[in-house]
Amino acid sequence: MDEFVNLKATELRLGLPGTDNVCEETERVSCCNKRALPDCDTENENESSSKKKTETSPPRKAQIVGWPPVRSYRKNNIQTKKNECDHEGQGIYVKVSMDGAPYLRKIDLSCYKGYSELLKALEVMFKFSVGEYFESEGYKGSEFVPTYEDKDGDWMLIGDVPWE
Amino acid sequence: MPQDRPQMSEDDDGQSPPLDLRSAAIADPCSSSPNKSRNCIPSGAMTSQAFPDHVLENVLENVLQFLDSRSDRNAASLVCKSWWRVESLTRSEVFIGNCYALSPARLTQRFKRIRSLLLKGKPRFADFNLMPPDWGANFAPWVSTMAKAYPWLEKVDLKRMFVTDDDLALLADSFPGFKELILVCCEGFGTSGIAIVANKCRKLKVLDLIESEVSDDEVDWISCFPEDVTNLESLAFDCVEAPINFKALESLVGRSPFLKKLRLNRFVSLEELHRLLLGAPQLTSLGTGSFSHDNAPQSEQEPDYAAAFRACKSVVCLSGFRELMPEYLPAIFPVCANLTSLNFSYANVSPDMFKPIIHNCHKLQVFWALDSICDEGLLAVAATCKELRELRIFPFDPREDSEGPVSEVGLLAISEGCRNLESILYFCQRMTNAAVITMSENCPELTVFRLCIMGRHRPDHVTGKPMDEGFGAIVKNCKKLTRLAVSGLLTDQAFRYMGEYGKLIRTLSVAFAGDSDMALRHVLEGCPRLQKLEIRDSPFGDVALRSGMHRYYNMRFVWMSACRLSKGCCRDIARAMPNLVVEVIGSDDDEDNRDYVETLYMYRSLDGPRKDAPKFVTIL
Repeated sequence: MDEFVNLKATELRLGLPGTDNVCEETERVSCCNKRALPDCDTENENESSSKKKTETSPPRKAQIVGWPPVRSYRKNNIQTKKNECDHEGQGIYVKVSMDGAPYLRKIDLSCYKGYSELLKALEVMFKFSVGEYFESEGYKGSEFVPTYEDKDGDWMLIGDVPWE
Repeated sequence: MPQDRPQMSEDDDGQSPPLDLRSAAIADPCSSSPNKSRNCIPSGAMTSQAFPDHVLENVLENVLQFLDSRSDRNAASLVCKSWWRVESLTRSEVFIGNCYALSPARLTQRFKRIRSLLLKGKPRFADFNLMPPDWGANFAPWVSTMAKAYPWLEKVDLKRMFVTDDDLALLADSFPGFKELILVCCEGFGTSGIAIVANKCRKLKVLDLIESEVSDDEVDWISCFPEDVTNLESLAFDCVEAPINFKALESLVGRSPFLKKLRLNRFVSLEELHRLLLGAPQLTSLGTGSFSHDNAPQSEQEPDYAAAFRACKSVVCLSGFRELMPEYLPAIFPVCANLTSLNFSYANVSPDMFKPIIHNCHKLQVFWALDSICDEGLLAVAATCKELRELRIFPFDPREDSEGPVSEVGLLAISEGCRNLESILYFCQRMTNAAVITMSENCPELTVFRLCIMGRHRPDHVTGKPMDEGFGAIVKNCKKLTRLAVSGLLTDQAFRYMGEYGKLIRTLSVAFAGDSDMALRHVLEGCPRLQKLEIRDSPFGDVALRSGMHRYYNMRFVWMSACRLSKGCCRDIARAMPNLVVEVIGSDDDEDNRDYVETLYMYRSLDGPRKDAPKFVTIL
């Protein structure tokens, strides 16, 4: 969550204007969780239900973390969600390797809406930390630097070029 | 002791008491076979006096090897040291419900002849993203310890464990007789690891990957099975999100004459399924893959799918339909009458598509589906499936305020039509106490009742009252109930009922429920068999937590997240109960709420706190 806040300035998303709702909502909701006040909860429910009606739909729309309790494996595999992905065009698959890791991994770039999501996913996948991104200085705070090879064959730092 | 008699009467004249050492000695102290010959009389009744323990242990060994149930074995091991010792020698399958309850070393020190390990890792709420990844439950220390201690290991069954490709490689290398690998809700490995298992475990009978996250390492693992006839009986890879070399799969199925269970992933098309079925009519359990066309143009005449299904006279269990093309669903008609288990839970099946199918499924015992079948579909199930034992209805649209095509109407119908129901999981948006009460009265065989009203704090939508009476009736009337999950608007009264009537409850899941500490106290004080308690977002605090201290050593775990616990209280409990591992999981950058406990996960452990806890876990 904190990462989201820090990178917001540089984050480029593919969402429609006004779809900031999702982040704010989950942040507000998790604050309420900590105090666990009943009126806070109901307040949230009304808010979130009215927001739902106007929002366009990205595939992951949990209003509260882990509720309803459906495993993400199941959520991701229910039929039309898959069809939706197909309609968006086949996924953009890239191979990812990390220095020192014995195996390559493959990810679908079209599942991510921005660099922050992508980096977070990579961090989980490879179990490392990418540090903080600074426009002028690159990544600080970690031994690992995320790079990619562009169509000219040059090694580029992830985050410099807009997500699109 | 009386149960020993039947076994001993084979070689005994049946008249002497089981533990008469002299007659036992005369029978045969040397052989360990149950059919002891009376002709083999050793050179001394002296032997019995000199080594009574050995004799007894031989006898016990013969007897105890017949004990399969782990609760029987646990009971036997408590009789005395001798029995404990012998039981340890004769136990071949061990079940470990919490991988952190003991160390691998302790396992191998106590049990010497294990052939089969069932091991569970992460708590269930981890499935719902309530815990950061990398919490633990690593298989690595287990496999490396067992590699040295149990070279004859045959079976490993893991649930919610973190398994790496290296672990799988070590497994494949260390156990030449390895037969069964079952990975349920696991992660951390990919198709490379699977390829190694396929290639090196030459005796492999079962390879079941169920709801696990398997990374696509672009390895053609199906081709890695050895070229000759295999021993495969079960191959399930429906969760593997990677394309499959179909030719290799077809060849594999063709050279697996013992294959009974086959669960394909969504990369296997209808046409390919058709070819496989023609080659494997002996299947009893089938996961159908995508159940749709691949993208190749359909130039030739369409295969007769129904004929392929008709040839599968033994199929009793059907699942898959991952990308269902509904117009082809009628192809399964020929097998419907034999089905005992049907899983449509990944298919968006409408009532109209569904009703003609279910109409034929008279023998169905297990049925999983999405709520897209609507109340109408559930009525059809109730009308036909009189043998139904287990029902699971999942939400097609898993959000709090989605439409909700199933309601109390469907639940009521099921309760009326399926009187033998034992287990139900039901997601809905609307429910009434009346329907739940009726179910409690109509279905006395219920052992598992999990109702998820998706809107938090939602009351009975007809009366506006809390759902207390409904759940109260369930615990009161369903006298065999061992597992309960509650939802909707619930006051402390619901928990009072649970404490009063829920005497057999072993697993309890609570979310957004209750008014005060009293609720949790009722449960902790009233439910003597409670083993697994998972609570989230409920107003239970320190007083409630303290009230359960007399129980925690007898429980497998307690999970409480987003409740009202303080670190101080958790620390007190940790101090008072040294064999309890008290983990506090949460963000460190929680400056203003330093005493607040975001997530508490505590469990008994024989070997103290684990050494592999990540940074975000604090062990008090």
